[in-house]
Formats: sequence, C-alpha cells, structure tokens
Amino acid sequence: MYMYDDFDAAFVRGRVAEFRDQVARRLDGTLSEAEFLPIRLKNGLYLQLHAYMLRIAVPYGTLDSRKMRQLAYIADRWDKGYGHFTTRTNIQFNWPKLKDVPDILDALADVDMHAIQTSGNCIRNVTADHFAGAAADEIEDPRPTAELLRQWSTDHPEFAWLGRKFKIAVIASEHDRAVLKSHDIGVRIVRGVADEPGYEIFVGGGLGRTPMVAKQIRSFLPKAHLLPYLESILQVYNLQGRRDNKYKARIKILVHETGIDRFRELVETRFQEKLPQFNGVNQKILRRIEGSFVPPAFEAAQPMPPVLGAGLQSWIDTNVAAHRLDHYGIVTVSLKGIGETPGDASSDQMRLLADLAEEYAHDELRVSHEQNIVLPHVPRRHLPAIYDRLKAAGLATANIGLISDIIACPGMDYCALATARSIPVAQQIAERFHELGLEHEIGPMKIKISGCINACGHHHVGHIGILGLDRAGVENYQITLGGDGTETTVIGERAGPGFSYDEIVPAIERIVSAYLDVRTDPEETFIECFRRVGMTPFKEALYPPEEARSNAA
Amino acid sequence: MTTIVTGNGISGDDWADRDVFAFDCFWNGQELPEEPLAVAFPNDREAADLVPWLDRIGLIVVDFPAFSDGRGFSVARRLRELGYRGRLRASGPLVSDQLRAALKVGFDEVAVAPSVAARQPASHWKVGAQESYQDRIAV
Repeated sequence: MYMYDDFDAAFVRGRVAEFRDQVARRLDGTLSEAEFLPIRLKNGLYLQLHAYMLRIAVPYGTLDSRKMRQLAYIADRWDKGYGHFTTRTNIQFNWPKLKDVPDILDALADVDMHAIQTSGNCIRNVTADHFAGAAADEIEDPRPTAELLRQWSTDHPEFAWLGRKFKIAVIASEHDRAVLKSHDIGVRIVRGVADEPGYEIFVGGGLGRTPMVAKQIRSFLPKAHLLPYLESILQVYNLQGRRDNKYKARIKILVHETGIDRFRELVETRFQEKLPQFNGVNQKILRRIEGSFVPPAFEAAQPMPPVLGAGLQSWIDTNVAAHRLDHYGIVTVSLKGIGETPGDASSDQMRLLADLAEEYAHDELRVSHEQNIVLPHVPRRHLPAIYDRLKAAGLATANIGLISDIIACPGMDYCALATARSIPVAQQIAERFHELGLEHEIGPMKIKISGCINACGHHHVGHIGILGLDRAGVENYQITLGGDGTETTVIGERAGPGFSYDEIVPAIERIVSAYLDVRTDPEETFIECFRRVGMTPFKEALYPPEEARSNAA
Repeated sequence: MTTIVTGNGISGDDWADRDVFAFDCFWNGQELPEEPLAVAFPNDREAADLVPWLDRIGLIVVDFPAFSDGRGFSVARRLRELGYRGRLRASGPLVSDQLRAALKVGFDEVAVAPSVAARQPASHWKVGAQESYQDRIAV
C-alpha cells in the first residue's frame, strides 16, 4: 500500500489549513457563495437535500485496517454512525456539519487520507480494478500508475477549472472490472510487440444523459509517455470543450462532435510539442511508487478445514473469486444485505472489516465500484472463520453478481439532483427475489439503478438498467436492457414506456420470468440470452397486449 | 483603478495609460505603433495565431469571463510553450484562491476585477511556500 512521504503529508495538511481558511472567509463574507461553491466541491463537500455531504477519496479503492477504523471513527464522532460506499470507490458521509468539516479533514490526514477533488469540474479520484494485485489475469498491478495519476492530477494548476468533471480509470487485464470505457480517459496496461510495457488509451466515455462508450485513441503508448499524453488530451479538452451548456461539456461530446480521428490528430500534434518538456522525473517517481505496492508475504499452502454447512458453501461459491494463488481467494463482502441500502456500512461493520483484514488477510481492503468491500488476499483456510464473523454482523449475504447485488445511487432519499427514489426500489427488488428463492436460479445478473439522468447508478451498463424520472410530479421508471460494463461495453437499449413506483418491481419480475422461459439452459446467463434473442420476448413480457393483460387480471 | 496582483503583492497598473490592442490587430490592417504592444486575448482564440508576432508584444491580457472558466489557464500554458516570454496577465473576476495556479501556468500577474478587489483585501492575495505535486512530478 502507498504510504505518504513527508511531501504528501505536508501537502494534505496544507490543503486542510487552506480549506479551514476558506470556510472562515465564506463565513465573514469575503468569499461569496458562488465563489465558495466550487471551492467546497473540490474539497468533497456537497449540499444535499437535508444536509451537507462529505465525499472522501479512496484512491483506487485501496484501504487498510487503520484507514477503515478511522472512517468508522468519523462516522461515530461527526456523522450518524454509518457511511456510504460509492460507485467511484469513495465513501460519503451524509450528515456532517460545515463547522466540523475541517476537523474531519484533519482526522483523515492523520491516516493519509483526504477529500480532495472528489467533486467539482476537475480530475476526480482515480479508480482501478478492485482485484488489483490479486487477479490471475493481470499483467501488472495497475495501482502504481493510478497513484502516479493521483499525484499528477492533484491540484494541477492548468486543469483545476475544467468545463466539467473528468474521470480516469486504470486496469491491467483483458477482463474489465472497472467500467473502463465509461470514463473520460481509460488507461489499460498492455505489452507491446517486443513485450515492452505500455498503455492502451481510451477517451470520451461517459454515462449521464448522453451515454458514450470510450474510443481507442492510442493502441500503444510507451510507459514513459503517459503524463505528456494525458496533458495533451486535457489541454485540447480544456481549450476546445464546450462551455455553453453544462450537459454538453464532458469530453465525450467534444470527441463525438470532433470525430475521434480529428481529435486524435489534435492530441498527437500537441503531444509531439509537449514530450520534450518532460524530463523523465515522473518515471523515477513511478518506480518509487511501485516499490510500495509489493505483494504481501503470502503464506505457504495449508490444509483447508472442512466446509460444514450449506450457508458457508453457498457464500464461498458466490462471494469468493479465484486468486492468482490457488490456496488464496478474493473475498467480496456484500454490502447488499437483503432489504438494506446498497453500499451502506455501519461503523461497527467497518471495524469488523478492518479486524478481518488485519487478522486474516494481509491488512488489505478494497472498495469496489459495485459498492461492496473486497478482501483481496485471503488464505482459503480462513474462509470458515471469516464467514462466521461476517454472519454475526449481518455481512454474510451470498449474492455477489446476483440479482440482489444491485448498484443504486442515493436517489431522492439524499440527493438534491434526484428525480426519483432508487434505494427503496433496490430494496424491494432484492426482497422480492429473495422471497421467491430465485436468486441462484437466475444466476449472474447486474441490475443498476439511477435516480436521475446523471446516471450515478450506471443504469446504462446494467443488464437491467432502471432510470427514475419525474413525470409531472410522479416517479416514473424507465427500463433499459442489455447493457454491459465490461471489456465488451454496451449501452443498454430502452425497452419502452416507463413504469410507476408501484409497477417497477412487477415489471422486473416479468423480465426475469421471460428470461427463465427463453433461456436454452441454466448455463445461459441473462446477458447471453438477451444477446441471442434480442429485445422482443422481453418487450412482450413487459408490455403484454391489452387482452392478455385483462385475462391475467 | 485596476488592482494588479503578482507573486510579490499588490500594485497599480503601470500599463493603464496605454492602449490594449485587439487580438487580431496584426492582421486586420490597422496602423500599429512600433513599441511593444499590449494585446487582448479572448479565451476562445488560438494561441498559435500570435506566434509570428510574439516579439512585438510586451503584454498579453488573457480574459477570464468568469472565475470558473478555466480556459485561460491552458491559454497561458500554451503561450509559454509556444515561446512567449513577455508579460502575461490574467484579467477577470479571479479569486485569491486561484493566484497560485495562475502563477504556476505562466501568468506574471492578475488584474483583479473591482468587484472582487472590494471584498478581498491584499492579505488574501498570497501564495504559500508549499511545493506542488507538479514541481515534483512533471516539468
């Protein structure tokens, strides 16, 4: 894990002091509300429906027990005893008081954390594969590159006032677990023809009201060229991106309107000019960073105790993924307990996760973009003990990748932008299918729910996407089908007219029944089935002809 | 009178009684004096257009229509990359919290809008000694 050096520590403290001063200047009126707004956003502080919300950065989703315990402490000391893990692998606290925020930031700095650039029109927290360092299929750990980008983008003087937010993700395997192609820039670590290390670069992805899949701008970029190349992309975007309309201001619109070929020319020209300005210091820094991401001291293989009980077996089958070592597993702890708020964890649960990481799992934790917590390095012999302790804390739900493992934005329960509720829809879907006992029968299924057009719940890339809108004061939920957020990214297709709050869960049930009817066999997953048969059977299930409807009634 | 802020504090505008010419003054056919000129730079223009005339320019004034419109930061970086070594001024409703970034991208000074200067005393326009990640990592 990356440890702050003196510079990082001083920098973060400096920013806390600066924010403390900015709050004071807002309170004495020398900063206007309009001026304070982007400043507080760049420090992670939002104003929500009922209160401020503080979004804390978890760079590339990596935590250790010390950091997790401090988050639990913050939840208890300054909030209501819980936090919400987000799709950008951050954590949000929903009830802080403005006057306490500088103290919270100081408490974060105590454990090498901060809330810098978790919001605002700047380069946001950099995300990575949540299985980084543990997955068998990765070329190298993507986190050193992500950390280099974190440092480069932090307080970047040229790119602190962009037209819109800017998100970067880094992966290092063929299989994409980080929704790479929905990012403004996606960086994939690859090897060149002579096995030399480099990056494949994607640009112009994004969800929101105009979802776009990122396009490849460079098939191979030598490792040392990453920062000048990214600076070139950002400079073209900052100068030429639209500023006349907030909804057209993301780089995806610029890339789309310019055309990827012309956009690439602009970037490559700029890059040739910029390259000589970079003297290679960043590569020395990268090597130093790599030194702090060495793999843990893995233990030798030891016998696994017998698995007694169907609950444990089911949890292992569903929540434990293959590790690059056979006698290790990657444990995903579900924050999607049936009927719970997706992504929420209480301070007690956070402390338990910290304890488990420290006692059994080389003191590492990850936040996944699917709003779960990952223990990336777990010797399989400890799985029974971990399961028992999770179970006692209500954290042993065996549903990773299943229909109740739902991504949901906070929606109208918290968010000032929301047009509909998301959380109760997620809760009711999970409860309904749990009640039917169908989760495992249905198999792999990604449902993603957004409570407004901004698409924080990634609904466009859900196998089933749900978008909550407001139609003349009434919640209306639109369904998209066939979305995919992996290396084969596809934006889901709209099924047809929306459904009311009371109709949405039965509608999802009809889609699932149609799938169970038309799949060739239980091996054919929902998304495979959709790709084979297309929209028609699902449309028929969703919108039966009048006659069938009245017969059914 | 316009307030000018540099890394060393606040001063008046020593260019106040001289003209600031339009961005396209070199090719719009107008008569130009021989001495170094001040040129206005709207933030949606292309910096490379000025390259043939950079040695005739003594001051470039980059317009910030709003403090949150950050195009001017890239304009400054670009002008420096293209070899402009004269004075570079950011002009508009910037706030003191942006001074550090302005100096880093190549501006020499900020012409503070009167509306902001009235609220933000000189003591706010300071740049801390803190090193930035950019100093450490990039150029």
